[in-house]
Amino acid sequence: MRRGFAPRPDPTAEPLVRFENVSRRFGDVAAVDRLSLDIYRDEFFALLGPSGCGKTTLLRLLAGFERPDEGRIMLGGSDIVATPPHRRPVNMMFQSYALFPHLTVAGNIAFGLRQDGIAKAAIAARVDEMLALVKLEGLGHRRPDQLSGGQRQRVALARSLAKRPQVLLLDEPMAALDRKLREQTQFELMDLQARLGLTFVIVTHDQGEAMTVAHRIAVMDRGRIVQAASPAEIYEQPRSRWVAEFVGDVNLIDGLVLETGGREAVIGDKSGRRYRVAADVAGAAKGAQVCIALRPEKVRIQAGPAPHDAPNAMRGQVCDIGYLGGVSIYKVRLDDGAVLKVAVANVARTSGQAFSTHDEVWLSWPPDVAVVLTG
Amino acid sequence: MARRLRTDLGSTVSAGAKLFIAAPYLWLLGFFLVPFLIVLKISLSETAIAQPPYVPVLDLAAGFRGIRDFVAGLSFANYITIAGDDLYVFSYLKSLKVAAVSTALLLLCGVPLAYAMARAPRRAQPLLVMLVVLPFWTSFLIRVYAWINILQRDGLLNQALIWLGLVDQPATWLATDTAVYIGLVYSYLPFMVLPLYASFEKLDESLLEAAADLGCPRWKTFFVITLPLALRGLGAGALLCFVPIVGEFVVPDLLGGSDATMIGQTLWTEFFANKDWPVASAVAVVLVVLLIAPIAVYQHLQTSEIEGRQ
Repeated sequence: MRRGFAPRPDPTAEPLVRFENVSRRFGDVAAVDRLSLDIYRDEFFALLGPSGCGKTTLLRLLAGFERPDEGRIMLGGSDIVATPPHRRPVNMMFQSYALFPHLTVAGNIAFGLRQDGIAKAAIAARVDEMLALVKLEGLGHRRPDQLSGGQRQRVALARSLAKRPQVLLLDEPMAALDRKLREQTQFELMDLQARLGLTFVIVTHDQGEAMTVAHRIAVMDRGRIVQAASPAEIYEQPRSRWVAEFVGDVNLIDGLVLETGGREAVIGDKSGRRYRVAADVAGAAKGAQVCIALRPEKVRIQAGPAPHDAPNAMRGQVCDIGYLGGVSIYKVRLDDGAVLKVAVANVARTSGQAFSTHDEVWLSWPPDVAVVLTG
Repeated sequence: MARRLRTDLGSTVSAGAKLFIAAPYLWLLGFFLVPFLIVLKISLSETAIAQPPYVPVLDLAAGFRGIRDFVAGLSFANYITIAGDDLYVFSYLKSLKVAAVSTALLLLCGVPLAYAMARAPRRAQPLLVMLVVLPFWTSFLIRVYAWINILQRDGLLNQALIWLGLVDQPATWLATDTAVYIGLVYSYLPFMVLPLYASFEKLDESLLEAAADLGCPRWKTFFVITLPLALRGLGAGALLCFVPIVGEFVVPDLLGGSDATMIGQTLWTEFFANKDWPVASAVAVVLVVLLIAPIAVYQHLQTSEIEGRQ
């Protein structure tokens, strides 16, 4: 089941959640700054950004723990700004889990259902169903402090899902888990979202997590959304230098547009080197100051001189190697002193590193793998 | 050489550590257990016009015979007197009733006060705590005398009530149970508020948000989340008030009537007016035994809670 390249949501559909020009200021600082955003039904939506970018505030605005200073927040077509948190059909899974320490696991999961005055038998059935859903059968009578961190996380998830909210909010839900458990939980969360058919909004500062779980990602910086798109689009077509640098590893080359027209454009850097880039990614006019964003894994590296017709060929010397197991990162110093990062998959097991430091190498990359950024 | 040095050092440290651990026990032994045993012994004695005013007195110089005579001279007669005399029984019951009602009143006043303090802006909280503690800077006795002034016939309370038009004749406050309750609630409020505040203050804000998120309105959250989680502070505050109020002497003596006295006053009368040390001691021992019960129950609850969590 995957979807990294899932189609964009139907733009004609009515969004389930809509932020309209929403601001939330704390003193002089705008945690959320005139932000507009649509989230669609059944989407797994991620808010990604560095700490302090306002992503958690945005989530809390949706839960009702913060009130916007201006703007409207729509849920299913109606403005919910004036609705107190306990009346919103949204549930949140807290980063700290916020499990009630004096209640059992079952008591925690049943808490929300009890508020709705549901019959006892129905609550018990629902609690059992939720326990099975998060694979905690038989632990209903335990207290939260008798559970492991991973189990507590599952209880928090079950509790927030028990009322079948229209939107489930997840605030850094996996921050406290170790890496193995986090990866496993990510896939379980995706599976759960697909099975239950609910709308999930997750806040995370971990781009790997956002890329893995989400259909769409909104990258946030200083209270604003800098790009909202599918994970592949964010990675392959970052809209700004900031996004390109924040998501994944990137080589950035500043230059001027020298030639446009035809199928390719030519961009020259300050050392006089000329780069050929595919025209459809070069949205800038001749003479414009631009920046080429080039992902390390898209650059070809070889020992001998590049073939005569290899595009964007450059000579350099390996100055640093980072071995990451699956891939190796080579830092290559070009003749003019600029350093380019190149990622190479370690396909064969026995060959070891393809290059060692001080090796002379040739780099090249096809014109259509780079993105030209004007911002 | 190096080895001996290490051994010496090790034994010094462990002796110090032992002393450190023993210190609180020595303290309890010297200032609680020994005095209690002395009182217990006096309670088993008989009054006598002598110095000290009771017999038997242990005569160690007489050797084994002295000890035998001493033990033979002890009796439970004073306890039988206490159990058989309505005066003492009523005094105990009155004390327990006053302590229970006062503790309930203190909870009613203390819980909202402590909760409001804990929810106040962070910066204001030290000031609020100081305001609660501030009365301690004046002598307790002087503050109770001030209440006599307020509660007397032409005192501030009656003046205020008449000025507000709530009464047209000055009401009698002094020498009533109401005055005792006012005095007790006033005097013990800090002992209720501080442990409660400590409990409310460490409450995790995200738990309240989680409750709201799951559909629980604010007022209800207080009863299903905040209060249950503050139970320990509630118990500590209630005990800190209930136990000393049972034995309270100053407030009922100065503000209360003379018709039904609390056990502290009865004890005072036996000791200072009747000069009957043995009966006074027996009254004190029974009081301690009565108070050990609620303390033991509280301790048991706490231990079982801790065990339940493990």
